[in-house]
Amino acid sequence: MTETAETDAEQAIVEQVTTAWSAERLVAIQGGGTKAFYGNRVAAETVLDCSVHQGVVAYEPTELAITVRAGTPLAAVEALLAEHGQQFPFEPPHFGAAATIGGMVAAGLSGPRRPYAASVRDAVLGVRVLNGKGEVLEFGGRVMKNVAGYDLSRLMAGSLGVLGVLLEVSLKVMPVPPGRITLVQEQDQAGALELMQRWAGQALPISGTAWLEGRLHVRLAGSDEALTQTQRIIGGAPMAVAEADAFWLALREQELDCFAVDSLTGDGFAGDGFAGDGLAGERSLWRLSVRSATAAKAIPAPDLIEWGGALRWLRSERSAAEVREMARTAGGHATLFRAGSGRSAPRDGVFTPLNPVAARLHQHLKRAFDPAGIFNPGRLYPGMGRTAG
Amino acid sequence: MSRIPDERPLNPKPEVVDGLRRLLPRESVLTTEAELAPYECDGLSAFQQRPLVVALPETVEQVQAVMRLCHEMEVPVVARGAGTGLSGGALPLADGVLLSLAKFNRILGIDPANRSATVQPGVRNLAISEAAAGHGLYYAPDPSSQIACSIGGNVAENSGGVHCLKYGLTVHNILKLKLISVEGELFEVGADALDSPGLDLLALMTGSEGMLAVIVEVTVKLLPKPERAQALLAAFDSVEQAGAAVAEIIGAGIIPAGLEMMDRPAIRAAEDFVHAGYPTDVEAILICELDGFNAEVSFDVMRVRDLLLASGAADVRTAADDAERLRFWKGRKAAFPAVGRISPDYYCMDGTIPRRQLGPVLRQISALSEQYGLAVANVFHAGDGNLHPLILYDANNPGELEQAEALGGAILELCVEVGGTVTGEHGVGVEKLNQMCVQFNSAELNQMHAVKAAFDPKRLLNPGKAVPTLHRCAEFGAMHVHHGELKFPELPRF
Ligand SMILES: Cc1cc2nc3c(=O)[nH]c(=O)nc-3n(C[C@H](O)[C@H](O)[C@H](O)COP(=O)(O)OP(=O)(O)OC[C@H]3O[C@@H](n4cnc5c(N)ncnc54)[C@H](O)[C@@H]3O)c2cc1C
Repeated sequence: MTETAETDAEQAIVEQVTTAWSAERLVAIQGGGTKAFYGNRVAAETVLDCSVHQGVVAYEPTELAITVRAGTPLAAVEALLAEHGQQFPFEPPHFGAAATIGGMVAAGLSGPRRPYAASVRDAVLGVRVLNGKGEVLEFGGRVMKNVAGYDLSRLMAGSLGVLGVLLEVSLKVMPVPPGRITLVQEQDQAGALELMQRWAGQALPISGTAWLEGRLHVRLAGSDEALTQTQRIIGGAPMAVAEADAFWLALREQELDCFAVDSLTGDGFAGDGFAGDGLAGERSLWRLSVRSATAAKAIPAPDLIEWGGALRWLRSERSAAEVREMARTAGGHATLFRAGSGRSAPRDGVFTPLNPVAARLHQHLKRAFDPAGIFNPGRLYPGMGRTAG
Repeated sequence: MSRIPDERPLNPKPEVVDGLRRLLPRESVLTTEAELAPYECDGLSAFQQRPLVVALPETVEQVQAVMRLCHEMEVPVVARGAGTGLSGGALPLADGVLLSLAKFNRILGIDPANRSATVQPGVRNLAISEAAAGHGLYYAPDPSSQIACSIGGNVAENSGGVHCLKYGLTVHNILKLKLISVEGELFEVGADALDSPGLDLLALMTGSEGMLAVIVEVTVKLLPKPERAQALLAAFDSVEQAGAAVAEIIGAGIIPAGLEMMDRPAIRAAEDFVHAGYPTDVEAILICELDGFNAEVSFDVMRVRDLLLASGAADVRTAADDAERLRFWKGRKAAFPAVGRISPDYYCMDGTIPRRQLGPVLRQISALSEQYGLAVANVFHAGDGNLHPLILYDANNPGELEQAEALGGAILELCVEVGGTVTGEHGVGVEKLNQMCVQFNSAELNQMHAVKAAFDPKRLLNPGKAVPTLHRCAEFGAMHVHHGELKFPELPRF
């Protein structure tokens, strides 16, 4: 429970949603618009701009928690945390200077540190959220532990705005470790996977792993004592700190060459396949989230391996069915992250389809939060939400 | 406090017993008074109710069949793990089936390469770490009840333990669940990977107190054991100083593996019981455990020692060896039974507050303790701000249980007022339904009911638990208290 008063910006958002609810008008929820490419294309009638709803509501470093309005720029919040020697444990990608806290939580994407620290969802402590009937609700809290009622705050992480409009989020923050070092070594894919797996079986202060172009990058973060000892175990050549920081930033922001596809610009993919220009399709960028020990041959020719083997990026011309099958066999799922130009998204969307029971529960949950189906229709799965017209 | 968990009208259908007998072996359907007695309560014995029948399936297909039958006949079902819950979550219904998962006690596989274990829901928490030990791995969440409680119950409650400050709660340490819906369908949420597509149903299921689906399989994450663990024991002349020391340590950027606090009554009870070597003439002790590399731990031990002394600790001891470290913990882990020795009954509360409120809230609790005329011992997860005030009472003295419950309610409302919550890890169950009315307004409670209906429209899974009806809240008369008058105006707030 928070005790913040409603601000004017919040009031305006509530009014827009209340109107949309009574008029059954389809709403695309937007923060900074930096992650509009992610997920399925939304067919909305109006855009709800949340980026004006800004401000830090509460931040007490010794509580390891911060409460922020959803429209607050992510960069500004990270700068504030850094002033106090703290950071978000999940190292969120921004994908643009306009990225907001609300967009970060709704997209639920975590960066290189994720397997060694936490995901966005892990760090969510509480939310203030507007449901599809225009009701302002608070779930969770600002404290570390809270099991009062269903965990409807973590449910918002990664929900891509299909359940409600995030107004405020409370997140767990962590101290920035005193030191960091990045070690690089030549390795083929199988060798890199084997090493990452061996290290993961020991309690080491690893904070990032990335294999690409025949080189394995390992970032360590911790006390000097821990770094010295771990460096002996990991081996490889240390990178200069500035160069290493630039590398991990470019990795997080997907600015490295290994992510580049000849992509269509614009927001989202059409659920039913847009016409393209008739050229044979370019390669698309796929994100495969799998068991970390998945063998190299199970997912041939990845462009990049992160998360100790648990995240593999693939630029491929393969069909969605083929890529999904590879991921499924490896205990996970595949997301069409960016479609190559001329390629259409699968009819069932960019995310791996759900099992029938989960799919039904998704429909029911959608109705429970957004009875008129007005929020981000189709963004998560085609058919979740009302269609226009 | 109302002794009736819910306003549900009773609707007994004894025919369900015949149906169960057709689905399960004879010995798996219990109906006699003697057979039902062990199931009449969980760890919160103030609430007792015998179920209509106990079903003890041992295969997933049997659970499905039981759920299909109950769904068709519209008979309510309460799932039960080990029955150690402290909020009455597994309290049976007089007209319901008590579905015990006790026979689901097998570890299905340990995957050292992916550092995970797949287990049945009735497996004991500690058994997972024991099975993984050979690989140098362990399951991190360690409730004090870990020798007895089941992993299914842990998931249903999102249980924590003394190491959650650094390693997270149950929700942070599970990957995948196999579930049976109220209609009897088998489905999966989560994945063997670190995330899964769609809404985060894994998070939603965790802590849902058996009200959304029945858990029949759990895949947990395993962690490698750190090279070294070391513990410090600090003694303080005031609880405020001890509370301030907690903030100092965290503020210095140190995240201990565990950071626990005990006050004078708890220290004395524990010391008399297990002779942990605690100083007994102090107001509070802090136990701080640090883990990691040898050299790193040595360095942090010195830093924490300095911080503790600077915060006014009268004495700081570092465990000389692992045996002494375990002795420090022994007193803490035995604190509940130790308090049980000095009082005929005790009532364990579970509020969480912002860390900086530790001192003021503890002072306020001792004022409330005086006001209600019942002693309180405090032993808790200080690093997480998760309080466990133990209210000492004697149920044989007429009115004392009610007095204990009233004091407990006042303590929880205090927690909400300073920005905390009514339950950090034990769940709402039937116990904290009234306090839920304090923490949430009617629209919020309605949203939770709508989520329940998304899974279980006929309200057959553990009905009446965790989320109070608006009717009940209206009777309790506490709705919107948090937007109204502040009861403890002297306490600092957000
Ligand atoms: C001495 C003592 C110390 C304790 N210390 C701690 C502690 O440090 N931290 C902590 O968090 N808790 C603690 N507890 C509380 C308790 O042990 C936990 O809540 C535990 O997780 C309950 O597990 P259980 O198997 O006993 O579940 P039960 O009590 O049997 O059930 C608890 C809830 O889970 C549901 N449930 C159980 N199994 C399933 C299933 N398979 N599918 C669906 N729903 C299910 C039940 O319906 C019920 O709502 C302590 C309890 C005692 C008695």
